[in-house]
Amino acid sequence: METTKEPTIEMLQKQVDTLTKKVEKLEKNRKDQLSIAVVSGDLDKVLAAMVISLAAAAMDTQVKLFFSFWSLSALRDPKKSPKGKDFISKMFGIMLPKGKDKLALSNMNMVGMGPMMIKMLMKKQNVMSLGEMFKQAGELGVEITVCEMSMGLMGFKKEEFIDYPNLRFAGAATFVADAGESSMQLFI
Amino acid sequence: MTTEELKNLKSELVVDARGTACPGPLLAAKKAIGDIESGEIMEILSADEGTKNDIPRWCDKVGHEYLGFYDEDSFSRLFLRKD
Repeated sequence: METTKEPTIEMLQKQVDTLTKKVEKLEKNRKDQLSIAVVSGDLDKVLAAMVISLAAAAMDTQVKLFFSFWSLSALRDPKKSPKGKDFISKMFGIMLPKGKDKLALSNMNMVGMGPMMIKMLMKKQNVMSLGEMFKQAGELGVEITVCEMSMGLMGFKKEEFIDYPNLRFAGAATFVADAGESSMQLFI
Repeated sequence: MTTEELKNLKSELVVDARGTACPGPLLAAKKAIGDIESGEIMEILSADEGTKNDIPRWCDKVGHEYLGFYDEDSFSRLFLRKD
């Protein structure tokens, strides 16, 4: 007698289970999430990073910012001056912009004239200030992670950063893991 | 929707975002949408040209129904129905 291989319910169930697992894995790899490595400490570039982050957060996209190297200056709180720094760290502290209001432009900086003009124009045209953008970002749940390694390099201390909700400190692997599951990754 | 139809709509909530540039109007819309119920209409006033492109994209992504816009003298009125 001929035996035909009719697919049984169990076989189909098994196939569905396998597919569900695959889809779950794929979905996890392409989360509705934006990861940005913010490396530049220029006013214009930090602005760009924040505007994109806010737009994404408003569109219900999870946003994870990884601040590294020069961008750390933007996160410094000018009112905080931590104790116990060595000579080189102190020098770096003096030479680098103390906070987001002191950032230079990547172009047309003109010894600080450029940023002054840009800020004036921003105000005139109702563009949010960088300070306001950070505040909104915090409210919208934009996550900020500070790169521990660059923090150490520049001699910054955790105590000198702005008060931002759930400011995290981590290494490159955190960015790689976050970026790996994000559907959008940017480097600014 | 035609401008006439839009003008006849009864908006549950009017969000005045004329005092802010990109991405301000989007943020204002996002914050205000929680204040109305599903099926209700929200109207956004914006003087930022980009908003006319941004709001439909936002609606498309998060599921609200974008109904259209019409221009006033120095700003636009944008309409959407909450998902």
